[in-house]
Amino acid sequence: MILKTVTGGIVAGAAAGLFAGLLQLAFVQPVLLHAELYESGQLVHFGAETPAALATWPGIDPARDGLSLLFSMLVYTGYGLLLTAAIMLSRDEGSWISWREGLVWGVCGFIAAHLAPAYSLPPEVPGVAYVDVGPRQAWWAATIAATAAALWLLAFARRPWAPLLAVALLAAPHVIGAPQPDSFEGPVPPELAALFAARALGTGLAAWAALGVAVALLGRGQSTDNR
Amino acid sequence: MIVSRQTILAGGISSRSVAVFLCGVLGLGILTLAGNVQAASLHNAAHDVRHANGFACH
Repeated sequence: MILKTVTGGIVAGAAAGLFAGLLQLAFVQPVLLHAELYESGQLVHFGAETPAALATWPGIDPARDGLSLLFSMLVYTGYGLLLTAAIMLSRDEGSWISWREGLVWGVCGFIAAHLAPAYSLPPEVPGVAYVDVGPRQAWWAATIAATAAALWLLAFARRPWAPLLAVALLAAPHVIGAPQPDSFEGPVPPELAALFAARALGTGLAAWAALGVAVALLGRGQSTDNR
Repeated sequence: MIVSRQTILAGGISSRSVAVFLCGVLGLGILTLAGNVQAASLHNAAHDVRHANGFACH
């Protein structure tokens, strides 16, 4: 049973990661590559020439894009395993969720892992101003943990104080504030940064929805043979 | 939904606890490696994915 459960999470995560990676290649990567032209100085915002806003399709870089697909599958495998663990904790032993419930789990995972940290630390296009990576990673991890705990309280806790604690946990990371740079100095046009953040979040929502459904469908096998 | 007490088998720890623990440790380990470790080779390989998934990359 253990092996089946863990395998279900891994396979669901890898499949959702492949889906996420393909979506990113189609919709996120072109924006990232366009921004890198400004980061490297090949294009200059407010320079002598005015670069065209419309980017030409950059094509496929087999090594770089292949690695991106691989790491997308890895990242979502991690998400899939954590989602599987959370679903198991929420259920009676031997029962499992429907695919519709999986969809809700997936959207909640997106809120915790992508939307909540992005509220104060939006997905960064290459070339924007930033502070040291350490404090941002710590804030990012703490925000995901606090948001996930809050969603858990809202869904499963029956104490009268649980919703209040949940709201406090949801708000705390943003009241405290994410590490921000002292000044803005990125060479990338804000239009590209905004499009990148929006595309990254939209892709995340689609991929997490798929992940929730996949975990629900693939984890079902564990429901009968757990003695 | 009600959060239930898990069944504790005669041996002590339930198989579900083991599965939850395994999934949690494996999941966090994979995410740390793929998303957060700053070693140059890992960072370069995972660069685009880290940006696209909102990880702090640089």
